[in-house]
Amino acid sequence: MSELATTNIDPVPATAGNAAIPNTSRARPPATVHGPVAWVKTNLFGSWLSSLATIVFGILLIRWAIGFFDWAILHAVWSVPEGANGPDVSACRDAKGVGACWAVIGEKYRFILFGRFPYDLQWRTALVIVLFIALYAVSAWRRFWRKELLLVWVATLVVIGVLMWGGILGLEFVPQDQWGGLPLTLILATFGLAFAFPLSVLVALGRRSTKLPAVKALCVLYVELIRGVPLITLLFMASVMFPLFLPEGVNIDKLLRAQVAIILFAGAYLAEVVRGGLQSLPKGQYEAADALGLSYWKKTGFIVLPQALRLVIPPLVNTFIGFFKDTSLVLIIGLFDLLSAGKIAISEPAWAAYSTEVYLVLAAIYFVFCYTMARYSRGLEREFSRARNR
Amino acid sequence: MKAFKAVGAIALAAGLVAGAAGAQAQGTGSATIDAIKARGLLVCGVSTGVAGFSLADSQGVIKGIDADGCRTVAAAILGDATKVRFVPTTTINRFTALQSGEIDVLIRETTWTLGREASLGLEFAGVNYYDGTGFLVKTAANVKSAKDLDGATVCVQPGTSTELAISDYFRNNKLKFTPVNIQDQNEIQGAFLSGRCDAYSTDSSALAGFRFQQGAKATDLVLLPEIISKEPLGPMVRKGDDKFFDVVKWTQYATLTAEEDGVTSKNIDTFASTTNPEIRRLMGLEGDMGKALGIDNKWAYNAIKQVGNFGEIWDRNITVMGVPRGINNLWNKGGLQYAPPIR
Repeated sequence: MSELATTNIDPVPATAGNAAIPNTSRARPPATVHGPVAWVKTNLFGSWLSSLATIVFGILLIRWAIGFFDWAILHAVWSVPEGANGPDVSACRDAKGVGACWAVIGEKYRFILFGRFPYDLQWRTALVIVLFIALYAVSAWRRFWRKELLLVWVATLVVIGVLMWGGILGLEFVPQDQWGGLPLTLILATFGLAFAFPLSVLVALGRRSTKLPAVKALCVLYVELIRGVPLITLLFMASVMFPLFLPEGVNIDKLLRAQVAIILFAGAYLAEVVRGGLQSLPKGQYEAADALGLSYWKKTGFIVLPQALRLVIPPLVNTFIGFFKDTSLVLIIGLFDLLSAGKIAISEPAWAAYSTEVYLVLAAIYFVFCYTMARYSRGLEREFSRARNR
Repeated sequence: MKAFKAVGAIALAAGLVAGAAGAQAQGTGSATIDAIKARGLLVCGVSTGVAGFSLADSQGVIKGIDADGCRTVAAAILGDATKVRFVPTTTINRFTALQSGEIDVLIRETTWTLGREASLGLEFAGVNYYDGTGFLVKTAANVKSAKDLDGATVCVQPGTSTELAISDYFRNNKLKFTPVNIQDQNEIQGAFLSGRCDAYSTDSSALAGFRFQQGAKATDLVLLPEIISKEPLGPMVRKGDDKFFDVVKWTQYATLTAEEDGVTSKNIDTFASTTNPEIRRLMGLEGDMGKALGIDNKWAYNAIKQVGNFGEIWDRNITVMGVPRGINNLWNKGGLQYAPPIR
């Protein structure tokens, strides 16, 4: 009987993902249903059908895990000796199909991570990655959410610019076309979002404007035009069409063009997210601000935006994650971001057969960044909803 | 930085205007060469990564015959083969990059065709690689010629020029074949190795590279001697700057002439007191050949000394991939590479 009762409430905790945590507000049947054994019994062996599914999937999962373990660790080749014409990959070739060739990562990781940045100067790009991650960490900490953070951002981005370009402080100058790998991906994503976000707030406000129809029309046109085409089209425009309109001899850097295209694209999407937040604010908030006699910008800056943006943090982060991955599209215009650097690393005939290993590592890097963002967004969401529910 | 760029752009624009006005007293008469000299760098469009042509190695240094082609031109104009900025281009933006002036020259395994030369406002300055569609078969099959492939199954990528070329070839020779169309390059190679098809067909350079990847098992595979389509690959420049066109073209001819005369990057200095008039002209010891081109008389010397002659460039980049020299050999060794005389 108790069996039946538990199956009835089973879907709720399972989808919430915290079934093992006791003391939720829901009233629960007594002690026998707590603990891991009970959890397994209710969720995995609730009925004969689910038992069967559990066993079948369990076997498949275990077999796959053993196979992966064999391939990735047990039979893997971790390094290859140096031959006369570069590394001797015969060990990897012999292990093909049986074990992974992680030697390709050992040989190519610096190219994958840093691209064509001069080999001896790659400590600078390594430092840039550390700085970016530190910048994200500081920005994520709610304690640092104050005006000074803006200064920290500006300062860090300047330092990153100095490290990447050089040319001053005794650092050797490195032109943008030698940038690549993870720093390039982080630059495209960070600068893209750092510029797109303020732009999107302005566009969202403009789109809701009632007193400036021309501005409103412009904002609507911008958002709809950009949202109406794929990012890849904008990158093509920036890379292929745009230079043809410039007078001969005038060249805007390829990286800058791609960056502007990404900013414009991200701006349009973020504007719609921000507009959603603006719309969800109760009208009373606007009216109260008007009643206080605040000017438009004071009303927006002190009353509307703080509340609206707080509401849309989860969808904002969701858009951020999307754009972080979308930056990999720049490979079609010949920029060596993380993904394209990985692809080029395996264009070398000796290593061409070990693409799986390289793609696994690339996936892991993207996953770490995206999953961290997702976790962070979920944490924020929970925190804010707690504040609202109080 | 921005101000600097703006000044550069104005200077460049001024240079262009001056050139257009016919005021050629100071410059070389070529806007492109002047621009290259002014910035001290040759901006060279290459591929994003094709082994043997231009591919960044583990240290990020771009290697290959196309990359070395860029280096020889830089050495000829600037006297320093390292003064190259490589701009990786894709098949989509390569021509635009050259048309818009983003790059000075495009050396990106691009096939010389009438359509491209007639309609793009660009022109080809020679051929650095004669490629073409070829066949790879298993050694065990004991096939000596493509003519023996009657009734064979051939693995080929659908929708490519290779597919058209082989169907034309088989029809022309009244032979039958069964195509096995597979989109993905890696899957084709897997299918061929596992025996799903008797022959694998694509550009012969790619076939040779694939064979080379097999290491010790490379001898299990053999490239058939027939090349059934013409794919001459070469450097491209903008039309309208004949001086620069000449420099790009003759720099390659200089590397060929050097190979013909046995002049290499290692032994070139031993020819300092040679009496051979062609080598003397090549080395800039007489004849003012460089001046005639609008560059330094040591142009060819610098290119050969710093990068190498055509044979050296070939061996360093293509031979190591296991590709035979074949029709890319010098004309007097049975190939097609023929440089007009430097005199």
